[in-house]
Amino acid sequence: MHFLSSSIAVLLNGTWVTVELTVTSLFLGTAVAVFVALAEVYGNIWIKIAATAYERIIRSIPILVIMFIIFFGFPIVGIRFDPFVAAIISLGIRSSAYQSQIFRGSILAVSKGQILAAKSLGMNGRQTFLYITLPQALRFSIAPLTNEFTIVLKDTSIAYALGVTELLREGTYIVSTTYEPLLIYSLCAAIYFVITFGTNKFVSSMERRFSIPGYEIRGVERA
Amino acid sequence: MKLLEVKNLKKSFGKKEILKGISFNMDKSETIVVIGPSGTGKSTMLSCINMLTKPDSGEVLLEGEDLVKTKNIEKMRQKIGMVFQEFNLFNHLTVLDNVRIGPWKVKKISKDAATEIALKNLKKVGLEDRANAYPAELSGGQKQRVGIARALAMEPDLILFDEPTSALDPELVGEVLEVMKKLAQEGMTMLIVTHEMSFARDIADRIIFMENGYIVEEGTPDKILFHPEKDRTREFLAKFRRE
Repeated sequence: MHFLSSSIAVLLNGTWVTVELTVTSLFLGTAVAVFVALAEVYGNIWIKIAATAYERIIRSIPILVIMFIIFFGFPIVGIRFDPFVAAIISLGIRSSAYQSQIFRGSILAVSKGQILAAKSLGMNGRQTFLYITLPQALRFSIAPLTNEFTIVLKDTSIAYALGVTELLREGTYIVSTTYEPLLIYSLCAAIYFVITFGTNKFVSSMERRFSIPGYEIRGVERA
Repeated sequence: MKLLEVKNLKKSFGKKEILKGISFNMDKSETIVVIGPSGTGKSTMLSCINMLTKPDSGEVLLEGEDLVKTKNIEKMRQKIGMVFQEFNLFNHLTVLDNVRIGPWKVKKISKDAATEIALKNLKKVGLEDRANAYPAELSGGQKQRVGIARALAMEPDLILFDEPTSALDPELVGEVLEVMKKLAQEGMTMLIVTHEMSFARDIADRIIFMENGYIVEEGTPDKILFHPEKDRTREFLAKFRRE
């Protein structure tokens, strides 16, 4: 069973790459998504149309196609990325479209009445957003963001197609020398499961910590 | 000078004209109750006074300054409190923070001074012991009293009440009206839209009867409720008595 312990060591290397892919592309996604969401909620008609078009188009293209366009297509016009970066950009862009909808929904979930009340106190738009909308929207977005995290985590395995040595590719290397596909791929599955499960546990404890007494957070969905 | 002058206020939503030229004045410390059938523009009129709804034309003068044309509407809104039918408390803030956030973050007075003002006004509405509760933990009547304390904490010249008891269970209406009665006696200027006729009779200096986007008739409670001149007012009141 010596090959098992050495296999696990190799898989953990791949796991690290998977986590890097996940976290970086999520942050990239969040950075873009915040602007898209703000544009969709507060922008003028043209900004709204542009943001909505971006979000609709990205959401309707399969992740593998986005990756192929960026990795194989862009070099034709002189833009070249290594596989790891191309994977991050693809996953990040795709996630930004979904995250923008999470943030948009969370902003709109703050009741109109509270916004009117804030205005009636003399708050300007910035104060209303900062003191009233944002603190509640952040709470609303915790659960759906966890969901998005698990989706991105699992979809990093598609970076396999670009040759990134993430968890699944490391697994495949091992399979090609040991010929133990059932065992090795099950190990990969177990690692994905542990990360997803652990994150969900962690986030639910955060949610409880930031929950508002007596005020249920509705519409929670989980992966 | 009148505290508030509303001149020929008009507002349409699409093709439907809601306010067809509303004019009236308010003196300092006056309590005016606005009555009338549902859907006749009473709430729209209130929200046109602090520009939460922008009127199409007309003037709203607070101590001579026109709110329709002002460049600094936020500054003007600080002088006009508003109490909402649905309370509209800030769900993520404690009762204390709901009341304190206005003076603290909008008027920018120190946190300690704002806390003091908040506690004073919570005491006035009888809720100082619930300062650390969250809105979702309160009854409807308590929520509305917090709403009133929140408006009071800005120390406004005038408070607008938009059907403050319409969303309440009947047994909770009294505690809110009690607080409002006390405010009227203390000389707060109040413009109240309500369907509580006996309350109107007790606390109003003047009653305005509105229908169909117009002010049909205005005068003392005695005149409007017991000796109305217009047929429309009589018909409306008769409907109320039957209920």
